[in-house]
Amino acid sequence: MSIELLIPLLAAAVQSGTPVLFATLGELVTERSGTLNLGVEGMLLMGAFSGFFVCILTGSPWLGFVAGGVGAMLLASLHGLVTIVFLGNQVVSGLALTILGVGLADFLGQPFIGQKVAGFSKYALPGLADLPALGPIFFRQDALVYCSYLAAPLVWFLFARTSLGLALDAAGENPKAAKAAGLSVASLRWFGLLAGAFLAGLGGAYLSLAYTQFWTSNLSAGRGWIAVALVIFAFWRPRGAVLGAYLFGGVMAFQLRLQAAGANLPSSLLLMLPYAMTILALIAANLRKGRAGAPAALGVNVEPEE
Amino acid sequence: MRMFSKLLFLALLALAAFGCAEDKKEPEKKAEPAPKAEAPAAAPAPAALKVGFIYVSPIGDAGWSYAHDLGRKAIAALPGVETTYVEAVPEGPDSERVVTKMAREGANLILTTSFGYMDPTLNVAKEFPDVKFMHCSGFKRADNVGTYFGRMYQARYLSGLVAGSMTKANKLGYVAAFPIPEVIRGINAFTLGVQKVNPDAEVRVVWTKTWYDPATEKEAAKALLDAGCDVIAQHQDSPGPQEAAQERGVYSVGYNSDMSSFAPKAHLTAPVWNWSVIYTYLVEQVRSGAWKSEDIWWGMDKGVVDLAPFGPMVPEEVKAKVAAAKADIIAGKELVFTGPIFDQKGEQKAAAGQTLSDPDLLGMKWFVKGVVGSTE
Repeated sequence: MSIELLIPLLAAAVQSGTPVLFATLGELVTERSGTLNLGVEGMLLMGAFSGFFVCILTGSPWLGFVAGGVGAMLLASLHGLVTIVFLGNQVVSGLALTILGVGLADFLGQPFIGQKVAGFSKYALPGLADLPALGPIFFRQDALVYCSYLAAPLVWFLFARTSLGLALDAAGENPKAAKAAGLSVASLRWFGLLAGAFLAGLGGAYLSLAYTQFWTSNLSAGRGWIAVALVIFAFWRPRGAVLGAYLFGGVMAFQLRLQAAGANLPSSLLLMLPYAMTILALIAANLRKGRAGAPAALGVNVEPEE
Repeated sequence: MRMFSKLLFLALLALAAFGCAEDKKEPEKKAEPAPKAEAPAAAPAPAALKVGFIYVSPIGDAGWSYAHDLGRKAIAALPGVETTYVEAVPEGPDSERVVTKMAREGANLILTTSFGYMDPTLNVAKEFPDVKFMHCSGFKRADNVGTYFGRMYQARYLSGLVAGSMTKANKLGYVAAFPIPEVIRGINAFTLGVQKVNPDAEVRVVWTKTWYDPATEKEAAKALLDAGCDVIAQHQDSPGPQEAAQERGVYSVGYNSDMSSFAPKAHLTAPVWNWSVIYTYLVEQVRSGAWKSEDIWWGMDKGVVDLAPFGPMVPEEVKAKVAAAKADIIAGKELVFTGPIFDQKGEQKAAAGQTLSDPDLLGMKWFVKGVVGSTE
């Protein structure tokens, strides 16, 4: 493959990886604090809708972007109510959240179907955009992609360098010890859940405000589930999330380009590629022994003070 | 205290379950306000003819269901006709319930406008022998179930003439949904049109395996643009590919309905449906009692398929060329699938002057020469 084809391919990989990256980082934060939230697909769609709606209402794409995060947070607070307050089953509640979010976004978005929005267009970063190879791949994207470049280091910084990150990890690894140390596990888990939902919502808003720039039902088309899988692939590490999201985006962009280049392969096989890759990566990740992956208390509810 | 929270949790779970149930019922919920009756303004005729429509997707403002809804509006304007519709009805068993409800509410003629409604339509029709059903794009019929479709390939061919005249790279991209005969036929007709005016041009096909996924369809169009294509055509309901063409400053050909509002600078034209022709005919047939189960496959001569208005970038000479070909098609000349036609391997599929038969067209599983891509 020549360089003229490779660079657009990688640029497309970054773009189609971005919504998945936001969602994966969000789920990662939530899971590190001990809550499993399978409602990512629902949060993506609620984020996409809230972002679109507020952008139409106010005319400001940035307000829309933030509203996407807030919309997903509102939805996720239901999950918090069920699992953190009432200690309900996290899997059941997460699944219900997906069904609710998908249906709600579809229902509320009905009048807007096909409507366009003036969202985020491509904006070449002065200076950086002229770098050879890196420029066209990373720095001729839209503003939200640049935001995603900040999100991953921020999440890394949170867990690696701050006491809040340490406390979140404690709530996810050993809530009893955390409690003994005087931390409020419930508040920490609320924080993890809502911060994660905010990130997932940003991913949703990316879909409606930058990627397609118009509203239609089921914009996310399964990307939320990919994010759930990628958290495992990433071993709950931000670095892995970046790698996984771009790999997924890359394979997706690659198969479409392979078809466009005239490769005489059955399209069904090519379309399977991104998903097959995700499964293979999961297997490979689980074969790596000797490193504990999942937070020890992931999915385990913690009784409040008795 | 713990007992209390457990109880509360149970209540919440029940609520969640209710939420799910609510969600599943959504098409029906939408259905409650949706069947908007558009009664004619004229004095009430003794018994208005009630016509019901089932749409597979939301009507929106472009695409397949939108085109059907334009047809519905046309017959709703006729005196003595009442129309109702339900949009976004999933294909498969769930649609049976919606069709049944419509029949029970007194519809005289029900139009199910997507392929996946084929068996549900037949099942419901058995229970309502007095109601007439017409299923779009299917092949199963019964005493009170007919089928209808249009020869879209004629309009596709004309759009190919336009696209083939406008390309400079001699590479055209086609974002396509599923490799089924209907779509393959469209790609072939488009390619034959392109090659008629531009024998050196090729048409590259990317399958998305989606009818409506704007993000993926836009991405597919971008992949084609990166491969050097400078005109994008599509067989999909979303305007995603149009947007991609507009962003890159190249040309595009829409589908279903005029998509120029999504890409005013790119949109050359679009092969479009004009269902009102068939719907008006059906209303007359049912009303006069002449209706019988039949298979309608009408073309440009009746006006079921057509081209959307040309964009300002299309030169007069191209318009004239298309107008001449259109006149020939309307006059009954078999322009599109008349030989010599070769497939991708160079094998002759139709000799000079020979025309492919309707069964050949309906079961088409091969690409003509000039298409780059696989039919699998």
